Amino acid sequence: MSRRKFIGVTGGLTFAISIGGIGCTTLGSSRKEGPPVVFNAWVQVRTDNSVVIYNPAVEMGQGSMTALPVILAEEMDADWSRVIIEESPIDRETYGHNVWGMGPWMGIVGSIAVHGYFDRLRIAGAQARKILMMNAAKKWEVDLNELSTKPGLVVHQKSNRQLTFGEIASFGTMPAQLPEIGLEQLKDPNDFRLIGTVIPRRDVPEKVRGEAIYSMDISLPDMVYASVKHALINKSTPFLLNGDEVSQMPNVVKTVILENGVGVIATTIQSAFKAKDQLNIEWSSDVLASGYDSQMEALKYPEAIDDSTIERKEIVNEGSVENVKGIVKSYTADYYNDYTYHAQMEPLNAVVSLAKDKQSAEIWVGTQAPDSALRDAAEALELDESQITLNRCYLGGGFGRRAARDYLVEACHLAKAVDKPVKLVWNREEDVKAGMFRPATLQRIKAGVDVDGNLISWEYCTTGPGRGLISTGSSIRYYDIPNQKIEAKHLDHGIRTRSWRAEGHGANKFAIEAFVDEIASDQKVDSMEYRRGLLKNSPRALAVLNRVAKMSNWGKANVANRSMGLSFAERDSITACVCEISLNQNSGKIKVHQVWMAVDAGIVVQPDNATAQIEGAIIMGMSSALSERITFKNGEVEQSNFHDYNVLRHDDAPERIDVEFISSTEHPTGIGEAGLPAVGGAIANAFASMTGKRLYHMPFTTVLVMEAIKA
Amino acid sequence: MQTTFKLNGRNVTVNTEDDALLLWTIREDLKLTGTKFGCGRALCGACTVHLDGQPIRSCVTPLKAIGGKSVTTIEGLSEEGHPLQQSWVKEQVPQCGYCQSGQIMQAATLLAENPSATRDEITTHMNGIICRCGTYTRIVKAIERASELMK
Repeated sequence: MSRRKFIGVTGGLTFAISIGGIGCTTLGSSRKEGPPVVFNAWVQVRTDNSVVIYNPAVEMGQGSMTALPVILAEEMDADWSRVIIEESPIDRETYGHNVWGMGPWMGIVGSIAVHGYFDRLRIAGAQARKILMMNAAKKWEVDLNELSTKPGLVVHQKSNRQLTFGEIASFGTMPAQLPEIGLEQLKDPNDFRLIGTVIPRRDVPEKVRGEAIYSMDISLPDMVYASVKHALINKSTPFLLNGDEVSQMPNVVKTVILENGVGVIATTIQSAFKAKDQLNIEWSSDVLASGYDSQMEALKYPEAIDDSTIERKEIVNEGSVENVKGIVKSYTADYYNDYTYHAQMEPLNAVVSLAKDKQSAEIWVGTQAPDSALRDAAEALELDESQITLNRCYLGGGFGRRAARDYLVEACHLAKAVDKPVKLVWNREEDVKAGMFRPATLQRIKAGVDVDGNLISWEYCTTGPGRGLISTGSSIRYYDIPNQKIEAKHLDHGIRTRSWRAEGHGANKFAIEAFVDEIASDQKVDSMEYRRGLLKNSPRALAVLNRVAKMSNWGKANVANRSMGLSFAERDSITACVCEISLNQNSGKIKVHQVWMAVDAGIVVQPDNATAQIEGAIIMGMSSALSERITFKNGEVEQSNFHDYNVLRHDDAPERIDVEFISSTEHPTGIGEAGLPAVGGAIANAFASMTGKRLYHMPFTTVLVMEAIKA
Repeated sequence: MQTTFKLNGRNVTVNTEDDALLLWTIREDLKLTGTKFGCGRALCGACTVHLDGQPIRSCVTPLKAIGGKSVTTIEGLSEEGHPLQQSWVKEQVPQCGYCQSGQIMQAATLLAENPSATRDEITTHMNGIICRCGTYTRIVKAIERASELMK
């Protein structure tokens, strides 16, 4: 506490919130010279009236580098035009969130940035505001309660005096006892002046000028380039047969044997790629993934569901599905989805500069988890974290893939092999073949309805590789079904799986919503009406459903040769989606013309950016529902680049996407992934409405659609 | 191999391997990193630049073919901000941003030839450029807005 005093020379008050303590504390630090170097701080007020806010969350396109500072600026009453956003240091104790209660972490996954930091940033802003006001009260010798703030100003209305934040920073002191701010003292959401308004993203201007820096863009003096040939079969180990020969190739510096790959270091990137392709490697074959054939294995998934020797993990068990009375009709169906690949546009890469004495290092990397990256790099480089400077770069897409650090660890090992900075670049083929995928899964659903057609029993089992990944999104917590049993059965094929935007929700919500739609149709009840019944005890969810009905003019719109499908989903936030499609009966191609989505995400900090996130997730949801599939043969990924891994392009994008948020004063919920899960079901249900046929296998490729039409 | 070409209006001469590709020459030798590497096979369009005003995929373009010609990258598209760049900001198009140089460079050649492009013409012209963040509907809006600005 003794060091918490006014910064005289450099001019500025700094504030910080420490995690894990009792409430939040505000720290100031004192420096006698040099520009402010702020550690463990969220906000700094400079005498020139600028307010520096430290952003803890990496920016991968989700926009939270702007959204998070907006939250703090709101409570502080900062003048947004004077806010400078800087990256926070990588320090999980100070800047980590603890959304899952597993200790502080700076990982940005699962749409957590805004909701994970919301309260803490508000409190930090409110504390900063209060300290500014306390200083003004002292200066003017007036009661604190007589003061108020306007953007960037502390005001004493009675005497018609005001001070700018910068003026206060030039004389202010930090209080010995820091103001305690409880959640109840924060602004009434109705008084928000920044939150909920359209504020341009700060990263956009440099991204349209080609000036935004990704780790791919880093260039250092003397830098060499590395490329790695990865094991095609997961966990195979290499035996390099022609190391000498490849080392002799033009511009090649050396080859480096890695755990599951062989690296080549060269003085030009093209030479590194060329040499990689010449590597002749014998791979160990005694690994679990050897011989894995995803299409053949999928045929066994229905048996796996029945196989009592495979352990079932219970996800939900309510009521008693074994003893339901009054079932007049039962339904059952199996749904299946293929693996999907992240396909982030910037292939994985990292730059590592290890000092000649190997006692320090500097790293440039795009990572979703900078603190984990620092820890892993330290281990790989055999250094202490304090000996490493890790520069967070913009991510050219993450979607879950950049939460893994495999590529950074590789770059560290390669850097140890030479005494020059190394830039490791995976080419697209390596990025696909050494990918980590959303699991292929099969869902079996059995359900029973009573005499009124109401669902009274629901048995659900999902199976596939990926452990916890496969069961996320399997629960139906907003649906009022008294007897529910939801289970998951993990299968291990020895291949890599990973979180992929919205995790298991994409596959599970497709299965759930296609099934519910089929039952509604069999019961001769309108899809919307049937779901209204299921949601009757969930007012927020029901409001979302009703909103999308209104937006899409459900049941009234009637465009020739088109049909609409409905789906409901949650991924933290609640969504309801209507897709309007047409179908080429000869080719089997489904065209999505228009998408309507209603969303309840609580308080929406940045409505335009939130809309953009929902739009993007709808596109990614469409892409994974219509065309994306990874398959394995002989343990190897069969696809290699964008010619055989088909992501959605301009001409398949909908003509229109309409997104509306429910107005709310509830705590924010995640937005980055929420738009994705409902899309597959909405398309499948529109197809059923048009053809009377059902789609059970995602993606709905033209081949599968033709099969369904003929079925 | 020595190659001289015009890059963003200035003559440049580079010494490279004989099979050097334009993308890596621009990015790694000439340090203009706005042009991106995405696929290396002319499949995603992140590397799109203009060659004598036409959009090309620099990741498969041999430097050999460039001698004496004029190349424009995102950095040289406009001094004061191209109407497309202004519209891109207005529509808040970029998310991760990685593909956006390619999107803008591709769009610029359309509007140069056809400032009143229809929606269908826009999507056909833009089809080669993938955006994984899914900003397609905003890209179309931004191109339509720029088209209005250019009239």
